[in-house]
Amino acid sequence: MKLADIVCLDAIVAQLESTERDKVIQELVASLSKHKKLQGADPKMLAKAVIKRENEASTGIGKGVAVPHVKHESITEPVAVVGCSQNGIDFSSLDKQPVYSVFLLLSPTNKPDKHLQAMETIFKNLQKDDFRRFLRQAQTRQEIIEAIRDADEDAG
Amino acid sequence: MSKPIHEIEVEILNPEGLHMRPAMQFVDLANSFDSDITVSHQDLTVDAKSIMQMTMLAATCGSRLRIQAVGADARQAIEALKRLVEQKFAGDSPVEAGEKEG
Repeated sequence: MKLADIVCLDAIVAQLESTERDKVIQELVASLSKHKKLQGADPKMLAKAVIKRENEASTGIGKGVAVPHVKHESITEPVAVVGCSQNGIDFSSLDKQPVYSVFLLLSPTNKPDKHLQAMETIFKNLQKDDFRRFLRQAQTRQEIIEAIRDADEDAG
Repeated sequence: MSKPIHEIEVEILNPEGLHMRPAMQFVDLANSFDSDITVSHQDLTVDAKSIMQMTMLAATCGSRLRIQAVGADARQAIEALKRLVEQKFAGDSPVEAGEKEG
C-alpha cells in the first residue's frame, strides 16, 4: 500500500491554523469533509470520535509526529489526511515534545486488517528521518505532496 | 560469557489485530526489561521497544510473531510478553471507539 492510496492529497493542510490538539483534529476532519471524503458522515461527530480516542491514549508517538485515528461505522474505506504546523502542537506526546506533522486516519469498523495496513504504511514512512524532515520543512501543500510521492517511490 | 537468548512464537488472537493500543502495551512491557527484544513477522524484524516499529508489523488476527530476547532477563521478558499476547492484551476493547456519538 502506498501513502497516496490512502492520503487525500487535495485535503492536505500545509499550515494548520490552530496549535491546539482538538482544533487541529477538527481542522483536518473538516478538510476531508470539504473534499467529499467522509462518505456523507458528519464531520463534527467524526472529530469528536477521534478526540475521544486520543483522550484514551495519545497517538503522539514522539519525533514530532502524531497519528490520531478512529474506526467508525460511518466510514467504508480507510482515508487519511496530513496536516503540518510551523508552531508545534501539544499532543501529550510520549516524548513530551510538540508535534509538527499530523496524519489523521479514519477507518471502517468492519475491516480491521485494512486499518492495520493503512497504519503500517503511515508508520513505515514516518520511521524514515528524511520523510519526517521533508514534512517538517514543507511550507506548501505541493511540497507535502512531493514528499509523499518521493516516499512512495522509495518504498518501490 | 554469551548472553542468554530466549525466543518463542505467538499468535495474535485479538480480532482487531495488533493495532496501536495493544502495540503500546507490548512496547511498554518490553521496555520494562533490560534485554534487547525483537519481534519478527514474516520477513520483517523490528525493535519491540519502539512503537513506531511495532506498528509497522501490521499483525492481523491470526498472525504468528516470533519474539526474541537477548540479555540477563531474557527468559522473564519472553514469558511476560507471551502472557500479554495470550491474554489478548487485557483491556483492549473489541472496537476502537466505534460507538455512535451524538
